[in-house]
Amino acid sequence: MNDATPSDPAPAIEVNNLECGYNGKVVLKNVSFTVRRGEIFFIIGGSGCGKSTLLRHLVGLNTPTAGTVKFLGRSFTDADPVARRGMLKTFGMLFQSGALWSSLTLRQNVALPLEEYTSLSSAEIDEVAALKLGQVGLGGFEDYFPAEISGGMKKRAGLARALALDPAIVFFDEPSAGLDPVTSRKLDELILQVRENFGTTIVVVSHELASIFSIADRVIMLDSAQQGIIAEGRPRDLAANSRDPRVSEFLRREDKPL
Amino acid sequence: MSAKPETRNARASATVDGDTLEVTLAGAWRITEPQPSWPDLLGGRTPARVRLRLEAVEVWDTSLLLYLFAVQEWCRVCGAYCDVSPLPEKIRALLAQMTASHETSVPFDRSESFLNSVGRATLDTLVKAREISHFVGDCVLSTVQLVRSPRRFRWRDCIEEMQQCGAMALPIVSLVSLLVGVTLAYTGAIVLRQYGGDIYLADLIGLSMVREMGAVMTAVVLAGRTGAAFAATLGNMKANEEIDALETLGIPAVQFLVLPRLLALAVMMPLLALYANALGILGGMSVAYGLLAIPPTAFWAEMLATVDLTDVSAGVIKAVAFGLIVGLSGCLRGLQAERSAAGVGRAATSAVVTAILLMIVADAIFAVLFNALGI
Repeated sequence: MNDATPSDPAPAIEVNNLECGYNGKVVLKNVSFTVRRGEIFFIIGGSGCGKSTLLRHLVGLNTPTAGTVKFLGRSFTDADPVARRGMLKTFGMLFQSGALWSSLTLRQNVALPLEEYTSLSSAEIDEVAALKLGQVGLGGFEDYFPAEISGGMKKRAGLARALALDPAIVFFDEPSAGLDPVTSRKLDELILQVRENFGTTIVVVSHELASIFSIADRVIMLDSAQQGIIAEGRPRDLAANSRDPRVSEFLRREDKPL
Repeated sequence: MSAKPETRNARASATVDGDTLEVTLAGAWRITEPQPSWPDLLGGRTPARVRLRLEAVEVWDTSLLLYLFAVQEWCRVCGAYCDVSPLPEKIRALLAQMTASHETSVPFDRSESFLNSVGRATLDTLVKAREISHFVGDCVLSTVQLVRSPRRFRWRDCIEEMQQCGAMALPIVSLVSLLVGVTLAYTGAIVLRQYGGDIYLADLIGLSMVREMGAVMTAVVLAGRTGAAFAATLGNMKANEEIDALETLGIPAVQFLVLPRLLALAVMMPLLALYANALGILGGMSVAYGLLAIPPTAFWAEMLATVDLTDVSAGVIKAVAFGLIVGLSGCLRGLQAERSAAGVGRAATSAVVTAILLMIVADAIFAVLFNALGI
């Protein structure tokens, strides 16, 4: 979404002392960070450090045991169900597998949030669905079912669905997982294009170094032993200057001989 | 998205300048909020030129593009000139994208002629019949291989399945059989009472349960309970490429997954059917005692005069066959499932329908066969 007026002072996302876990087991604690509007923000870290867990707690799929999450200055964790439903319109999410509804065509997948949250006519919804699918390079595939397209196409269709309502914030869970470098690169270009077109704030969970260095404005790094954030900053700065061996080892993996 | 309270809703106004309609858009254009309508703004006018101005737009998203696209399309259809030059470059680029996606988005017509549909359905039926034959053939060949080397058989899986489809099914089989016995007794009593043949209710219940209802009702319960579970499990395994993983290791899915399940059902079905017979007879006996005052000993003696081991064997043979049918249907539909959530659901439904259909056909064949053999 484009905002011609001077930007609101509230950041896109504010996380304060968040504690995440499952079944009484704490995975992350004292997690605090801020994502500015229009920023491409990466949550990085090794496998099992809690990246996807943090993301699921941010978007409300799991309830944090402590702490708060604010979107655009409004508290999400403390919001009542009605306010919470209203806030769900402000963000979209691309799941690791695309998570398309298999019984619906790509057009219907993209149209569903529009039918749910807008008063557009069905012809207008079809136009928007075609535009969104066209923007992710799936023009002409509107009436295909998810089972009829490849894994990379499913991710792009999932992105089109996440963008259907022009959300202010889009979350990506491991967008490059299972994709070849060329497709992965194209997805990175799409992320940049989404930000360019609509000024969208992007939050990405990934451990794909190529993506981190090519599109991330800022990153936070999580660590399973510390159960929280061990580094925050611009990826190139962290790679060049961090004295924490866990950070430098992660970000300079290609430099290290085997 | 802006959270500024002073931001107003999307607005559109028009002023006429000669043959030009100057359209000024203003406010916040959000797709989740109501937007002005282009036909309402036009109000029946037919200008030769339309000029669009967006200086007063505060916030915009796809809803603005949608409006601009509607204006552009109207101009194209009515032969008016749409002046988009005052629009920012970014919006013009997105509008061009929208026009392109409108042109490429041609609905994919999946409908076909009646003859095509009939032809396709016929071919599908033939393919399915061939698949069933192949599957049964595979099962027979795998059984032969396993008889030659029984150590390769997955005994542990088979015993687990026996527990699942046998012991765990006891409560539902008990309830259904008991109630079938009760229902048969009530229905039979209506006719037999009129002719003073109350005692023959024992024969009716005994023969019906032992030869027919025990095996059929148990098979129906297992088709819904176990057959659907087999289809869902195998369908899910197929969707997760677990079956492909077996094939790449050179382990036939039929040998690894299907035979333990088939054997489990073939063993447990007759046992469950015998148990169902007993419960059904108990239900009938209770009604006979309560409704017609027939003592249980008299009921039992009368029943034994009619029902012999041949009748029990006929029921057991049917039960084994029904067990194999339920297992084969469940496993076949599971292995044929599409690799999606909907595909797994369809496979489970199809497994139950196939099992019940084949079971009724088999029951009819058994009836003719037993009659011919004098059993």
